[in-house]
Amino acid sequence: MRSFIKRAAAVLASAVLLCCLHANATEEISGAGATFPYPVYAKWAEAYKQQTGIGLNYQSIGSGGGIKQIKANTVTFGASDKPLTTDELKDGDLIQWPMIIGGVVPVINVKGIAPGQMVLDGQTLADIYLGEAKYWDDPSIVKINPKLKLPHQPIVQVYRSDGSGTNFLFTYYLTSVNSKFGQKVGANASVQWPAGIGAKGNEGVAGMTMHTDGAIGYVEYAYAVQNKLSFVQMVNKAGKTVRPETATFEAAVANADWAKAPGYYLILTNQPGDKSWPITGASFILMHTKPVDAKASKEALDFFAWAYQNGNDAAKALDYVPLPASVVAQVKDSWKQIDLK
Amino acid sequence: MNKNLLRIRKAKNAIATAIALTSVGLGVAILMVILYEIVTQGIAYITADTLTKTTPPPGGTGGLANSIVGSLIMVVMAMLIAIPTGVMGGVYLSEYQRRTRWGSVIRFCNDTLLSTPSICVGIFAYEMMVKPMHGFSGYAGAVALAMIAVPVILRTSESFLILVPDSLREAAAALGATKEQITLSIGFRAARSGILTGLLIALSRIMGETAPLLFTALNNQFWSLNLSHPMANLPSTIYQLAMSPYEEWHKLAWAGALLITSFVLGINLLSRYMNSYSQRAEK
Amino acid sequence: MTQRTQSLTNWTVRGLTALSGLCVVVFTIAFAILLGYAAWPAFSSFGLHFLTNEAWNPVTDTFGALSSIYGTIISAAIALVLSFPVSIGIGFCLSEIMPRRLVLPIRSLIELLAGIPSLVYGLWGMYVLAPCFQTTLQPFLIKHLGHFAFIGQIFSGPPYGVGLLTAGIVLAIMILPFLTAIVVDLFQSVPRLMKESAYALGMTPWEVTRSISLPYIKQEIFSGAFLALGRALGETMAVTFVVGNAHRISTSLLAPATTISASIANEFNEATSDMHTSSLIALGFILLVSTFLALVISKCMAARAVKGRPA
Repeated sequence: MRSFIKRAAAVLASAVLLCCLHANATEEISGAGATFPYPVYAKWAEAYKQQTGIGLNYQSIGSGGGIKQIKANTVTFGASDKPLTTDELKDGDLIQWPMIIGGVVPVINVKGIAPGQMVLDGQTLADIYLGEAKYWDDPSIVKINPKLKLPHQPIVQVYRSDGSGTNFLFTYYLTSVNSKFGQKVGANASVQWPAGIGAKGNEGVAGMTMHTDGAIGYVEYAYAVQNKLSFVQMVNKAGKTVRPETATFEAAVANADWAKAPGYYLILTNQPGDKSWPITGASFILMHTKPVDAKASKEALDFFAWAYQNGNDAAKALDYVPLPASVVAQVKDSWKQIDLK
Repeated sequence: MNKNLLRIRKAKNAIATAIALTSVGLGVAILMVILYEIVTQGIAYITADTLTKTTPPPGGTGGLANSIVGSLIMVVMAMLIAIPTGVMGGVYLSEYQRRTRWGSVIRFCNDTLLSTPSICVGIFAYEMMVKPMHGFSGYAGAVALAMIAVPVILRTSESFLILVPDSLREAAAALGATKEQITLSIGFRAARSGILTGLLIALSRIMGETAPLLFTALNNQFWSLNLSHPMANLPSTIYQLAMSPYEEWHKLAWAGALLITSFVLGINLLSRYMNSYSQRAEK
Repeated sequence: MTQRTQSLTNWTVRGLTALSGLCVVVFTIAFAILLGYAAWPAFSSFGLHFLTNEAWNPVTDTFGALSSIYGTIISAAIALVLSFPVSIGIGFCLSEIMPRRLVLPIRSLIELLAGIPSLVYGLWGMYVLAPCFQTTLQPFLIKHLGHFAFIGQIFSGPPYGVGLLTAGIVLAIMILPFLTAIVVDLFQSVPRLMKESAYALGMTPWEVTRSISLPYIKQEIFSGAFLALGRALGETMAVTFVVGNAHRISTSLLAPATTISASIANEFNEATSDMHTSSLIALGFILLVSTFLALVISKCMAARAVKGRPA
């Protein structure tokens, strides 16, 4: 018995050792952060791995997490939908740039209402999340949707419980259209919600919305499409009702002026224009200007360059908006700040 | 009068019996329902793909192979750390510090560790390893798991070593054996199966632990054999898959839950079998 | 073996085992110190207010533990209240009523189930129990109890499916095997002689249990209950899935809430500011202290029980 155990232990130990030795030969880029762009990063990573053999391990732990982990230096790059201010960047010796653009879409789970049938405006959406509109047949909702037959069913608000850029975009938008929301809740990656249930990540919100009757949630568009969630049309700043789709996201991006925004600090919510989707945002990448592991940083930059060049189709297929070419050139130029020695 | 009293007593007994039987029925039924649910939901998705492919991209298909392997590596690492520490600690308590104050300090600390919530172990490992080493890693995950396994192993080792009759030890001492020889050749031999049971219990316990891995090993979408990097592991993957909105992922999560449950129950059964086997052998 | 090498091995064995023992103590102390140290920013800037403040607001960077502590205590209490009587019932049944042939299989089954990872309970709770509750139990409670004066408050609000009650029930199911294993062992520790003399006097099985067994093991049962409470307090995965993750205190048990461990699991990796992280670690520290207290109480009770017993 004892000799058997000894032998088994020896075999296992050598297996582990072998793994360690073997492991050092494989290359891998490590990143963590926003769940908003996770679908497209994961698709890119898959393609990149096939072409180059280099894997990208991207863990979608939320934008807050991306910022925290890059500051703590536990990953090669962080990703966030909430841009850092130039001061914050300077403090952490960080550099940031936009990688991809997408839209946040309110989704609902109310029996009998098909995707796109319901229309909401920012004011009402904020009221719902403040817990002031309690039932689906609340007068404010009925007013915008006179033709819909709305049930007298309690609204279950689903929100992000983790620090997230989707939260940031969503609350930033609600704050800008509803002053009460600004006072009571405010805009941040993670806020104290007055009502509803929390779920983790875009995945969690989508999942929770799907299996809770009478729920409303907000997710990145790709999550809404992939899961055939019932999305909501929004009334934008110009007073027009718009559907969430690539064209309306692009319209919101069209009047952004990246060159003038230091550190690319630009938030794209509630943009003017008849066709602009009101909750549009860019997702950013954060890296250290003086990285601990220059080789890893170099590999990460190679990946991003590859993604800018070859990733647009995959991005469009998932209904993200690729960055305009002019901005890409600027971004690549800014990479010189990273000390790769 | 007397007859009446008897009737009341009997009625009380009958009621209590009925309630007790219901609670047995309830307890066993609920647990069987859960087991049944896991098996029926999971069994359909334990396919070749599940066992050979890596974590799927969002909405895609894939498997759990990398998570299973990652989990196994970390668990083995953790056991490699925990077995010597735990067993030797148990020896120390039973052979050297049986009734001393220092011994009771160690015993108390061990019990404290044993009852520590695993999520706190996760925070501790994060602060101790992930932050200073600048990166989530399989090592940190393994250390966190080891911290959960050590107290279990130490405690069972000690209690089984103490059960070894002192007459055996005294006989050996009378033959001129030193204390260490007694420990190694008498104590270990007699308590062998008990200690082994403890190891298996610890193994089954850390196999299913999720909370300590969330902040240490993180997770990995690909094959991850490098212990100094974030490492795929089954519990975190199940958590991630279950929380997701994708139908395909939910199925994989159930398959993973079935795998983990059968693994844990399998080890438990094995340890039980060994225990009864050794008891029979002793008789 | 020469004497020299022998004494060398002796010292190595001795040294190594002592080192392992020392390790355990050092790690335990380091554990508390490191957590306390990392939690210090939160404790020092919020002071005692941290314990009484309900707000958990990352926007203004003010954090209070009250909502998490509330959720932790209530969910653990629900779990204990539900599983404790059931475990006593099972203990009674297995020791006095069931034929011996059935006792061992049931006991082994329950002990086996104690090994199922909590993650699995959480998964089941979220996919099977919560949707079922949302459509059946919760509307029933709201409809039939919701309009009473005090109880109504406890069962009001929309049926979310997930929430404090669901979390408590999942926890109850999870600690049931653990608690039952302890209780069944205790019932079997009652000396046969005592029970048999009671039966000889014509007592019914229930009377034997009530007036012989239970008084004999009372303190140890409570000791076991505190051990189970410690487990319920610190349980993470089973709760995170079904508690709803809302930093709020509401009178309704159906409302979403959060527990200390669920907050940490949800927010630790993605905390936005240093104060947020520190506050989460402070929550962890509070949890550590409370499970420690539960352990100490349990140990004290067990020690008293042994002392007060005739040898």
